[in-house]
Amino acid sequence: MATTAARKHASGQRPGWAGELSDMLDAYSQAGGDPEALQLPDVATLVVSANQVLTSHEVPGIHFVAEPLEHGVKAKITVEPGAHIDKTVHLCFGVIPAEGLQEIIADYDIGAGAQVNFLAHCSFPNAVKVQHLMQARIHIGEGASMSYTEEHYHGPHGGIEVRPHAEVTVAKNGRFVTTFSLTRGRVGLIDLDYLVHVAEGGLAEMTTKAYGSQDDHITVREVVHLDGPQARGLTKTRVAVRNQAVSEIYTAMEGNAPGARGHMDCTEIVRDQAEARNTPLVIVRDDKAQVTHEAAIGSVNRKELESLLARGLDEDDAVDLIIRGMIR
Amino acid sequence: MTDALLQIKNLCLERDGRQVLRDVNLELYPGQVHTLMGLNGSGKSSLAYTIMGCEGYTPSAGQILFEGQELNGLSIVERARRGVTLAWQEPARFEGIPVGKYVGVGMKTPNRDHVVAALDAVSLPAKFYGYRSTDQSLSGGERKRIELASVYAMHPRLAILDEPDSGIDVLTLGDIGVLIRRMAAEGCAVLLITHNDELVSVSDMASIMCAGSIIFSGSPLEAHQYFTQRCMTHYESLGAQPWNEADPQVQAAYASNGVPRTNVQGEGVR
Repeated sequence: MATTAARKHASGQRPGWAGELSDMLDAYSQAGGDPEALQLPDVATLVVSANQVLTSHEVPGIHFVAEPLEHGVKAKITVEPGAHIDKTVHLCFGVIPAEGLQEIIADYDIGAGAQVNFLAHCSFPNAVKVQHLMQARIHIGEGASMSYTEEHYHGPHGGIEVRPHAEVTVAKNGRFVTTFSLTRGRVGLIDLDYLVHVAEGGLAEMTTKAYGSQDDHITVREVVHLDGPQARGLTKTRVAVRNQAVSEIYTAMEGNAPGARGHMDCTEIVRDQAEARNTPLVIVRDDKAQVTHEAAIGSVNRKELESLLARGLDEDDAVDLIIRGMIR
Repeated sequence: MTDALLQIKNLCLERDGRQVLRDVNLELYPGQVHTLMGLNGSGKSSLAYTIMGCEGYTPSAGQILFEGQELNGLSIVERARRGVTLAWQEPARFEGIPVGKYVGVGMKTPNRDHVVAALDAVSLPAKFYGYRSTDQSLSGGERKRIELASVYAMHPRLAILDEPDSGIDVLTLGDIGVLIRRMAAEGCAVLLITHNDELVSVSDMASIMCAGSIIFSGSPLEAHQYFTQRCMTHYESLGAQPWNEADPQVQAAYASNGVPRTNVQGEGVR
């Protein structure tokens, strides 16, 4: 087990990076995280600020190898085959100054039969001109299960560009469940791009939630290849845009093997002068596969709205409640 | 006698060029439960939506008076803030809105204990349901009970309940009847749309709608008899809802089904 940085220096002299860790913990809290979780001995954590690894704490079965790059960090995260990581692994990425570039190159290798849940908080509370680029490779071994929940907080300025890109392979009977959430503060520009291959009996379930305002721009590209027999895939997109914000959702699902089942479900709510686009692509290459798609783009559902109006909520509050529920 | 809380006078509604409500007249008093019966398509839900002020349900003629004040022209919110509310026949599903939040949404001062009590009144323990999402994961019956709980928690002055019994199991049905009587005892006027005998029996008065008109009003028992004798004859013999009983076709259908030529109040048929 390796414990670095903050924990080793928790008492005694205050090292130079301690102030930055404190700022990161504040930012982590703003992103919805619980800073205390980062201090627990039985919780694996990795905290990265700009290109510095502030904390890296392992528990049995999981290993972090992180090295700084000029503008970020390259990290390899390995979960041993058969390891069951009971407590959610906490990851924290962020940039505290108003300007900066953070590039994360991440390699997740989840061994066969392993089980692990990640909770990543990405916080850029002061961003005026910040770029956050993530290029991830994720491999989920045979019969392994990985969930990855990523919550962002970008502050009130909107001057941020976030590009999380990932290539994911899910081996036989593996399971990949991910949720990306950016529902507080401004979005700025987000360009989410996931490509997933699912082998026999595997599962990929991807949920994206975002709420854009002013001149925010949200782009989501999710492509799922159901390559093995009985592979299953689900993309669920929940986006709301208001003012002049724009959302573009491109989802594609390929059913390439017998018994493959896929579904794409997209809801985008538009208010004011905002614009929402949705482009689904369904490809089926096997006569025993099935992929379905449903989308609702536009105003809030009239019946939902009237149900709340009939309880005395005014229209703005009712619409906000519906949107907040949808992206919750 | 107390003044009527709700007075509907010669109310007419047209939708898509079709006369949906024809000269509907109805009065409802505080603490009274008034049941509306009628075959599918007779106009019961349309009347409910018109009273609530839903989009597309603006009357073409007539008045809806609440405490003597005209409701026509007021928005749904304005009507709700005067104390009118509606439990939909098929309530909306809300992704991500917890049941407890939805139940309390109409309360003037949100109060956790009142939300718990409202859920308890429809036999849904708050500890199991309070944090669940009001979405497709709930059964139709559970969602309807939550709708009723949200109406009860609001403490409205007029509650329009559109078929609160459909999809409800027999054990819970009794609880729904008790809840309706409790609302009435607290002074709420309840306009109850139902076909269920057990719920009809908790009402003080009942009316029957047919082809957009109220064709009969009386005690729940009388209305039930009228409904089973005449409306079912219309439906079974004619496959339609002719509201004019003087129609020769209707008369012939009555004759072949042994329906008496006088109604349950002993008055001669028109």
